[in-house]
Amino acid sequence: MYDKKKMADIKKKKAEWNKDCYSKHIKKHSERKKIFNNLSSIEINSIYTPDDISHLDYNQNLGFPGIYPFLRGIHPTMYRGRLWTMRQFSGFGSAEETNKRYKYLLEHGETGLSVAFDYPTLYGYDTDHQLSRGEFGKCGVAISSLKDMEILFDGIPIDKVTTSMTINGPAAIVWAFYIANAKNRGISKQIIGGTIQNDILKEYIAQKSFIFPPEPSMRLIVDTFEYGFKEVPRWNTISISGYHIREAGSTAIQELAFTLGDGVEYVKWAIKRGLKIDDFAPRLSFFFNAHNDFFEEIAKYRAARRIWSQELKNLGAKKDRSMLMRFHTQTAGCTLTAQQPEINIARTTMQALSAVLGGTQSLHTNSMDEALALPSEKAARIALRTQQIIAEESGVTDTVDPLGGSYYIEWLTDKMVEETYKYFDKVEKFGGVIPAIEKGFFQREIAESAYKYQKELDKKERIMVGVNRYQMDEPIEIPILKMDEKGEERQINRLKKLREDRNNIKVERNLANLKRAAHGNKNLMPFILDCVHSYATLGETCDILREVFGEYKEPAIY
Amino acid sequence: MNEKIRVLVAKPGLDGHDRGAKIVARALRDAGMEVVYTGLHQTADMIVETAIQEDVNVIGLSLLSGAHMTLFKDVTSLLKKKGLNDVLVIGGGIIPDEDVSNLKKAGVSGVFGPGTHCDDIVKFIRKNVKK
Repeated sequence: MYDKKKMADIKKKKAEWNKDCYSKHIKKHSERKKIFNNLSSIEINSIYTPDDISHLDYNQNLGFPGIYPFLRGIHPTMYRGRLWTMRQFSGFGSAEETNKRYKYLLEHGETGLSVAFDYPTLYGYDTDHQLSRGEFGKCGVAISSLKDMEILFDGIPIDKVTTSMTINGPAAIVWAFYIANAKNRGISKQIIGGTIQNDILKEYIAQKSFIFPPEPSMRLIVDTFEYGFKEVPRWNTISISGYHIREAGSTAIQELAFTLGDGVEYVKWAIKRGLKIDDFAPRLSFFFNAHNDFFEEIAKYRAARRIWSQELKNLGAKKDRSMLMRFHTQTAGCTLTAQQPEINIARTTMQALSAVLGGTQSLHTNSMDEALALPSEKAARIALRTQQIIAEESGVTDTVDPLGGSYYIEWLTDKMVEETYKYFDKVEKFGGVIPAIEKGFFQREIAESAYKYQKELDKKERIMVGVNRYQMDEPIEIPILKMDEKGEERQINRLKKLREDRNNIKVERNLANLKRAAHGNKNLMPFILDCVHSYATLGETCDILREVFGEYKEPAIY
Repeated sequence: MNEKIRVLVAKPGLDGHDRGAKIVARALRDAGMEVVYTGLHQTADMIVETAIQEDVNVIGLSLLSGAHMTLFKDVTSLLKKKGLNDVLVIGGGIIPDEDVSNLKKAGVSGVFGPGTHCDDIVKFIRKNVKK
């Protein structure tokens, strides 16, 4: 990236500095640690200079925002044009309670919605299923039918605001609830926008809310890709997620490598089905974690864009739109402390800032109380305000990729690209992502990293403020969210009434049609839509697919 | 106490957050205990059945979904019903302070939240295990 003669001068000067200044200095005043490692165990040098990035070619490896390889950003103007979407992951109790919270957040300046579902919904069970016991509304909202979806979005302008839904195993069905609800409200599916997470590979790897085995799951996902670009063109039919991989304990490099590897796997399956890459790839989106190591996180997002554009080009993409990586970010839940919860606001601010400096398209900031319970209204509002401060007060939005050109950031970005390709090679040796999952490769890698991190904390080699240093012995004094105790009963009664009131002959017929189609190879989306329109429940629809596809059981590795 | 302490680490219910359970399983194993990990999605019946089969001294329950008041209690009451009074039950996860005393009353002897040092769990088990 630099003139050869100038570079030689810099190298010479660096050697002199090292000998005459740095080495002498540390003999007298040693550094705080012998080795400085970042969270991925990459050793960090005391200083970075042009020498560390002289192998990079500016135009080819960095370039300009809005054009290939998109490392510096996907839009030419980035936040000078439009801010990221402030999208707070939210959901608890019944559809009524969550609807109220959505309106509250929108009223306070949130610009997109993001639905958290409870465990029964994530596994495709209705609230009255025996395995749902104790879980109603606990870590998200319970949505068992189109009826619940109608209540969830009642009075919310879904033709204007976009909605992201964290749903995977039963993603096609829950998406169908959303589309059906829009249709019933007279809103065309051409207009509605949003995202379904729909990323089953990382479920097997980390988040674990899977239902069906890999093969039929991948079929359902490709069905949504195809239906999406044809019928619901503003919808992101997948959000390929590293967030949960990281939360399960991976390093930043593992998060990056496993997520992008999953992304390439989806593209290959869709191509194998006969879809054209430039038809579906523009609707693929990503989701990353914003963890503690500020610069490593920024480098990660930048590296991700470079790798993705390269990979998509290699897979045959021609359109820019197919090659640019759009992603959502959430600050790292696993870094929050139950101790001195208020200091989580500071953590979250740093993490959110890294996502913005990394060029995220949308962002969730965690609430201070999330290591204790679901967020209270006040905690959720402060989390949103944190984003607004970064957006409106800090000035970091005034130029594109403000850290671009930092010797450290560029070196680290390139290093993360390099390490990612090493993981790609390892996965290739297993015969691809799915065989690697079946052999427990990712799960073991993550468990290893998680245990190492915990040991470092236990030995105080890593510091968590308030946990292993600067502890205080005092009662935790923040209000904990209380849920409506009648919510579960109301939901169960609603389900009972729904099953009585609907046209059950129609429901049975639609479910039978879905079953027949599932045995064949037609796109299942139209059949699922018929089921949900007739008010077949989530559990009933999923049970049909469970019958045909079977269920996935994972090997328990620790 | 020459015999190794036998521990069942269990994930009741639908919750898929298994980072903590796996870390605790390894830490207990590294501390010289025999550890059996159930894997995900266990009902109370499955957990108690495995505890009997594996003849464990300790059951460690992990849950981050918020359903601990129902699901932990399901396990302790089933243990009582089956007369397994000498099994030490401990739990961990996202558990607000105000639930801890209720869980203790229900037979969950130790509750370990986020930020717990693994050694504290090891010490607690060694001190309280009945064998």
